[in-house]
This record gives sequence, C-alpha cells and structure tokens, in this order.
Amino acid sequence: MSQITITHILFLSTALFFIGVYGLLTRRNMITMLMAVELILNSVNINFVAFNKYLYPDNLNGLFFTIFIIAIAAAEAAVAIAIIINIYRNHRSIDVEDNEEMKF
Amino acid sequence: MNIYNYTSLIPLLPFAGFLLLALFGKKLPEKISGFLGVLFIGVAALLSLATAYQYFIIDGAINGSYPTLEPIKITWLQFTSSLAIDMGIMLDPISVMMLVVVTFISLMVHIYSLGYMHGETRFATYYSHLQLFTFSMLGLVVSSNLFQIYMFWELVGVSSFLLIGYYYDKPSAVAASKKAFIVTRFADLFFLIGILIMGLTANSFDFNTIIQTLTSTDSIENHGAQFLGFGVLSWALTLIFIGGAGKSAMFPLHIWLPDAMEGPTPVSALIHAATMVVAGVFLVARLFPVFAITDSGALEIVAYVGIFSALFAAVIACTQTDIKRVLAYSTMSQIGFMMFALGVSDFEHGAGYTSSMFHLFTHAFFKSLLFLGAGSVIHAVHSNEMKDMGGLKKYLPITHITFLIACLAIAGIPPFAGFFSKEGILHAAYESNPAIYYVALITSGITAFYMFRLYYSIFWNKQAIHLQNFHGEGTLSMKLPLIILGTLSAVVGFIPFANFITPSGQPGESHLDILFSIAPVLIGITGIIIATVFYKSQNNKADNFAASLNGLYKSAYHKFYIDEVYTFITKKVIFNMIGKPAAWFDKNVVDGLMNAIGNTTTTVSESMKELQSGKVQEYALYFIAGVIGLSLIGIYLWM
Repeated sequence: MSQITITHILFLSTALFFIGVYGLLTRRNMITMLMAVELILNSVNINFVAFNKYLYPDNLNGLFFTIFIIAIAAAEAAVAIAIIINIYRNHRSIDVEDNEEMKF
Repeated sequence: MNIYNYTSLIPLLPFAGFLLLALFGKKLPEKISGFLGVLFIGVAALLSLATAYQYFIIDGAINGSYPTLEPIKITWLQFTSSLAIDMGIMLDPISVMMLVVVTFISLMVHIYSLGYMHGETRFATYYSHLQLFTFSMLGLVVSSNLFQIYMFWELVGVSSFLLIGYYYDKPSAVAASKKAFIVTRFADLFFLIGILIMGLTANSFDFNTIIQTLTSTDSIENHGAQFLGFGVLSWALTLIFIGGAGKSAMFPLHIWLPDAMEGPTPVSALIHAATMVVAGVFLVARLFPVFAITDSGALEIVAYVGIFSALFAAVIACTQTDIKRVLAYSTMSQIGFMMFALGVSDFEHGAGYTSSMFHLFTHAFFKSLLFLGAGSVIHAVHSNEMKDMGGLKKYLPITHITFLIACLAIAGIPPFAGFFSKEGILHAAYESNPAIYYVALITSGITAFYMFRLYYSIFWNKQAIHLQNFHGEGTLSMKLPLIILGTLSAVVGFIPFANFITPSGQPGESHLDILFSIAPVLIGITGIIIATVFYKSQNNKADNFAASLNGLYKSAYHKFYIDEVYTFITKKVIFNMIGKPAAWFDKNVVDGLMNAIGNTTTTVSESMKELQSGKVQEYALYFIAGVIGLSLIGIYLWM
C-alpha cells in the first residue's frame, strides 16, 4: 500500500488549474467562465493545504490562507455575478462574444 | 547736489502724461486730453529752463569748468563689484542744453497739434504717443550710463514707430513705420555689440568711469588687442557710431528718414528737430572725450560719413517734389553737418564740438519751424506736392514770414541763427581739414538753393490758385508756435555758446571771424539767387537746366537708387541666398524630423491597435501564454 505523496496532490492541483484555464479560454458563457475561475482558485487552495501539510506540519499558515481565499472567492463571485447581470440587462446576452465594444 | 532732485520730474512728467492719456484718453473729451498733454510738457519745459538757469547762470562754472552732476543714481543690476547697470540722471552742459531743446520743441509741437490734429478720432492716442516719445528722448539725454541710454534709445525707436504709423489704415504709413523700425533696429544691433565691447574694455558702463578709464594713457596701451588691424576701442567706438548713424539717418542707413514723412506733420517736426535724429549726434558728443583722446580713428569715420551724408542729402533734396521729403533730406544734410563738425573737432580746442552742439540747438528751432510751417501749408492745400502749391503768400501771411525766416536761418544768412552755428562748423572744418571745408561750403550753397526752391515753389511761383475748403491759416494754437519759433530762429544765434558748452567743460570764448564768414554767406546768397531766377516766377529755366543734367537729375530724383539697392540686397541676395535655404532647412529638416517622429508613432500604433480587440478571452490567452512563456524561461535558467 503506497502512501499518497505530495506529487499526487500537486498533480491533482495542476490538472485542476489547467482544466480551469481551458474552461476560461473556451467557454463563451460568462457564468461558465466564472466557474472556471473558481476551479483555478481551488487548485491554488489545494496547493496551499498540501504544502502546509507536507513541508510545515507544525504551522497553520497555509490553512488560514485557504480560508481567506475561499472568503474572497465568495465575494468575487458576488461581484462578478452582479457585473454579469448588468451586462445581461444591457445586451440581453451573457455571451462574451456579444460584448466586444471595449476595443480600439 | 540735492537742489537738482527735481530734475527727475522732467522725464517722469511726460511718462505720467503718457500713462494717463493711454489709459483714460478714450474717455476724455478732445479738449481735456490736449490740455493735459500740453500741461505735462509745459511743466517739464519750465523745469528744464529752471535747471538750465540754475546750472549755467546761478551755479556756473566751478573751478573754471562746468561740473558733471549726478543728482540721482540708483544701482539697478549689480554684476560684479565694479560692473553694474545704474539708472540715474546725469547733468552736464550738453544734457542740460538737450533738456531745454527737447522739452521746448515738444511743447511747441504739442500746442501746434491742438489745431493740426483737431477732429482726429485717435486724438488722445496721438498725444499719449507724443508724451512717450518725449519721455524716451528726455530719459536718453540724462542717461548716466550706456545701458540706460540703450534702453531709452530703443524706447525712442518704439515711439517713433507708433507715431510714424499713426495713420495705420494707410498701407504706406504702415510700411514706413516698419521700415524705420527695422533699419534703426538693425543699426542698434551694432550699437549693442559696441556697448558690450566698451563695457568689457572699460570694465564699466558708467559714462564718467568709461571716460576716465579710457582716456588715461596707460589704459590705452593695456587694451592693445587687435581685430582685423584695428584696436578693440576703435571697433567699439565705430560700432557705437553705427548705432548713432542709424538713428541719425547717416548714409547708408538714411533710407527710413524720407519715408518717415508718412506720420502726421507735427511728428515729423518732433523727430527731425529735437528727438530722434539728433540722438546719434548726442551719443557721439556724449562719448566725445573717448572718441577724441584715444585717437582710435573712429572720429575720422564720423567726419567722412557726416560730410558725405551732408552733400548726398543736399543733392537729393534739390530734386524732390514732396515738400516734406525736401525737408527730410535737408535734415539729413544738417545732421551730416553736426556729425562732421564733431569729427573734425579735437579735445583741447573743441571748436567743432561746440559748434556742432550749437548747430543742433539752432537747427532744432528752425527745422521744427519749417516742419510746422509745412504743416500749415499742407493743412491749407491738402497736398504734399509742390505742383499743387504756389502763390500762397497772400493766403498764409504768418506762415510765409516765419517760413522765410527759417529758410534764411538754414541758408546761413546773418543775423539768423543758422549763420552763427554754420559759420562755427565751417571754421572748425577749415582749420582741421580743408577738403571737408570745401565740400561743406558747396553743400551749404546747395542748402540755400533747395530751401529757396522750396520757399518760392510754395509761396510765389504761380498765381494764387483758388483754394478749396480754405478756412484761414489755422487756429491760434497753430500760429502761436510759428511766431515763437520764428522769433527764436532769428535771435538764438546770438547766444555765446562757447561760454557754456565745450568738450572739457571749461568755458571757452565765442568769436566771430567776419572775414572768414564772407565766403559761406556769399555762396549762400548765390544759392538763393539761382533759386530766385529758377523758381520765383513760373518759367521753364529750371526744367531746361534739369534736362541738361539728365542723368544726374534722374538719379538724384530717384534718391540715387539707394532704396533699390537695399531692395536688391534684401530681396534678391539675402532672401534667395539665406532666407530661402533657411526656410527650406526649417521646413524639411527641422519640421521633417518632428513630422517623422509623429508619423512613425502613428503608423506603429495603427498596426498595433488590432491587438486591442475587446475580446476578453483573447486577452486572457495572451496573458496566460505570457505567464507560461516566462515560466519556461525561468525553469530553463533555473535548471
């Protein structure tokens, strides 16, 4: 029975991160893009927790950071959804390809 | 020397008048602004007379010479412990004399203008400019150092510009004022360089210090630096003289003077008699000890330029038909007399210096009288051309008599003022340089001829024509200055001038050599007789004579084509050789460089703006690609 090493966990978080990036770049729906951002944030959370546990088991700094990030992610989601609602009111659409006015 | 403190009021009063009239003149009725102008100048004239009385009569010569006083002296800019620019008032015999001349002639012009300029829309503006002009000239004559004189020198230039261009809706007046300004400014450039060299050589700008430093013998040897074969001091004095020649309309910088006739006639009287053109003579006289003692050769230049201008202008004056232009050239000729009189003078005897200042003094009276008389004539016939005049002696009796007095005075007929001063000048020239004397003798004959040509053409010649819109000879304010100036032109010659003004400040003796003066008087009378034969009654002798001298007459009529030469040099040579290449360089190289920078920026940003697409996911892609790229580089370097 082999143990779960830090490599496994980092592999998971890296996978999660790139899934998030992929979602952010390919999805056209803003809500889905927001969800992809949440995935990226969570991959970072996993990194914090993993490093805390394997490198400095006596400290709790990494865990605290994770809690902060979760709280900020919640706030950020609220702001982002508010923005999306406003965009919807203006354009009757939440597709990013319909929102290209901010250009040269 | 506190009793002279009030002299600061003499220049400041016209300045106050200028400010008052320039700021509030438009709201004042014509009578009040005219009265204010006359009042300010009148008080200044009284103060000047009081100063002269105090200086020459009450104080008189102290220890055998007239002192140089500086009642007011304020250090304005201190450069080094010895080099400073002061603002002050300096009183010596010539500046006191000039104070009287300037304020008195200016007062006459102010009174005369009350009638002459009556009904002009910019009456108050005219008066404020007159006040500024007088202020500048008064400041100039009392200046205690070279920089102060330079500042007032430029103020004189500006105010003459304003007055010559008074009829600013007339294109010829605008052109004339620009011409006067540019020509004198061009000369002032040399003046400024001369001042700087002078300041460097003497290590001071102060007249007293300059004269003391430069006239002591050891300092001349110390300043032995040479440039193109001439000493530093010769260069400085010559450059300063070029400045003076520009203002005094000496050949070849005289071209602005005839055109300056575009201004109102009383202004011409002021420019020609008291203010602007004598500034150059005054400048040379002010630095005369330096000119004379240092033996720099500059004085010879003054003499030859003076005599040449005198003859040159006299010949042109014989052919002109515009009466004001005749008078303009006669001024240039008379200023030439003053200049060469300074040029032939030396420091010890100083007869030339004294008679030059004397001629300046007498010339101020009869020349202003001539111009004011010409103003009355123009006022009556509404034309400047001789062909429109003739037989006016019945219409303008007072103008006729006073004009005759002025003509006799300028022709050098005793006992009128010009005789005494001109006799002094000729005597000084005879003793120092006979060649100059003979040219001057011929010139004074020509002077008598053209003045009487003018006189007969205006007042005799034809039968009196019936004048349109003739309202009499003008108001009392126009006649009074004529009468006063006419009286003075007849009598001021009897002032024993040498008792007051000599280069060294020591009173000399006036003497009149009766035998010597026979020749000048005879040649003057000859000139008058020729003019009488030609012009007293209508005949074609003059035309026939002019026709026999065809080439000379034509070139003199065209002012010896000096204007054309200038036009050729400026338009063809300077514009083509310097102006156009400079414009090309400016347009293509200087502007081109700036345009290239602008165009490159525009092109580059045009090609780059597509990146700003507005597509959020594209931005994210660039961002992530950048992060990944940087990470790869980092990993590679770390490995």
